[in-house]
Amino acid sequence: MSKLPGWRDVPLGGIIFEAGNSDQYHTGSWRAYRPVHVPERCVSCLRCWVLCPDSAVLVEDGEMAGFDYDHCKGCGLCARECPPKCHAIEMVLDRDEEAEAAKGPGDE
Amino acid sequence: MSERLALTGNDAGAEALKDVNPDVAAVFPITPQTELMHRFCSFVHDGVVDTELICVESEHSAQSACFGSAAAGARTVTATSSQGLLLMAEICAITASTRLPVVMPVVNRAISAPINIHCDHSDSMFCRDSGWIQIYCENVQEVYDNTLQAFRIAEHPDVLLPVMVCLDGFIISHTMEAAETMGRPAAQEFVGEYRPRFSLLDTARPITIGPLHLTDFYFEVKRQQIEAMDNARRVIAEVGREYGELTGRGYGHVEEYRLDDADVAILALGSTCGTAKVAADTMRRRGVKAGVIKLRTFRPLPGEELAAIIARLGAVAVLDRSVSFGLRGGPLFHEARSFAAGDGGGRMVSYVYGLGGRDIHVRDLEGIFAELARIQGGGAVGEVFRYCGLRE
Repeated sequence: MSKLPGWRDVPLGGIIFEAGNSDQYHTGSWRAYRPVHVPERCVSCLRCWVLCPDSAVLVEDGEMAGFDYDHCKGCGLCARECPPKCHAIEMVLDRDEEAEAAKGPGDE
Repeated sequence: MSERLALTGNDAGAEALKDVNPDVAAVFPITPQTELMHRFCSFVHDGVVDTELICVESEHSAQSACFGSAAAGARTVTATSSQGLLLMAEICAITASTRLPVVMPVVNRAISAPINIHCDHSDSMFCRDSGWIQIYCENVQEVYDNTLQAFRIAEHPDVLLPVMVCLDGFIISHTMEAAETMGRPAAQEFVGEYRPRFSLLDTARPITIGPLHLTDFYFEVKRQQIEAMDNARRVIAEVGREYGELTGRGYGHVEEYRLDDADVAILALGSTCGTAKVAADTMRRRGVKAGVIKLRTFRPLPGEELAAIIARLGAVAVLDRSVSFGLRGGPLFHEARSFAAGDGGGRMVSYVYGLGGRDIHVRDLEGIFAELARIQGGGAVGEVFRYCGLRE
């Protein structure tokens, strides 16, 4: 973990003076189960991309391309909404070392 | 140009707000504060001020509106009493922690139950750890003076904390006295133009207000609030001095009344200090060297200053118009004694008085001075935690 600023160097009132900073907060460390993409069963309907509350579904050239595990909280909405005949997303128990690896500076 | 007017405490609060001409006022009625904002609303209606008035549906909404308005960079005010303050307490803590310099007259009134509309300090003491500065007024003049100064203190870059200007319900809020106002131009020059350090409406400089701070950052934000209160000690004294140069009425944290040669003294907040001054005068005619320690700022508490005064005295009674259940006595006694401990702490007695607006008379305070004189003369302190005006 990198060294965090002391109280004199933290912005007053807990205000963040830079935009788009939530990208730096790696909420992936909260995850208990991780979604795993199975490309051979996927038709790239992109329901998962539309519904993901964390914008953690990656898309390349219009095709489903996996997950941003730094920010995916493992809610499982994508797996639930993936069409049953495809079943292209499986939820598997996250291993501790992977959860640790997903942690960024300042994460708990 | 200054004017000498007949004003109630509520009028004086409204006059001060008028002279400041704040950008936004959130308004909700509650006895005995109602007339303060009512009068201010008439200034808005008549175009005397160009304040944006927000008529909200509760005090929780009033403080929430203040939060949003202050975050947008507007000079913002509201006012309340009693249950209203308790209802907005959740947001009061957020306003302070976010370092938004809102100014709020609090017309002190007892809190329910039983329901009661009269003065005690239970409401503002309930919020003593909310992170707001608290200034207490002795009379109508001080309501005007303290309200003006509150803006300078709150908005000072080393402080940036909201301020409660506390005035005793009915005793000050509804009592008419002669008071001097500064007039708009002088008041405007004194408070100066408000330059907020950010605005939520500044789309060129987007910011995030109220983000999550967990175990990694929360503690540091609290430490900054502690620092701001410490800075406020100096700023309050500077602003009070400057105000004195302008008006002849200077202010500090503590007003010492006849303490130079005093043996005994009463320490209190608010209008009771005026009554105590009268009692001190009569006791001096009877040969008791009595004085009054009038505490103006309860937050930040000038603990060392109080301790130095108490150390010079033979016996001190601390009067609390509120009580801390399970501790006995009130917050003022316990805080003053914690600083004075070791040097004078043993000669301090606590009186809880005036709950629910029960009158405190000159004769009551003379009785307390007589008791202090007995202790100072070598009599046993006996019961430390006492009551004044309670039926046994």
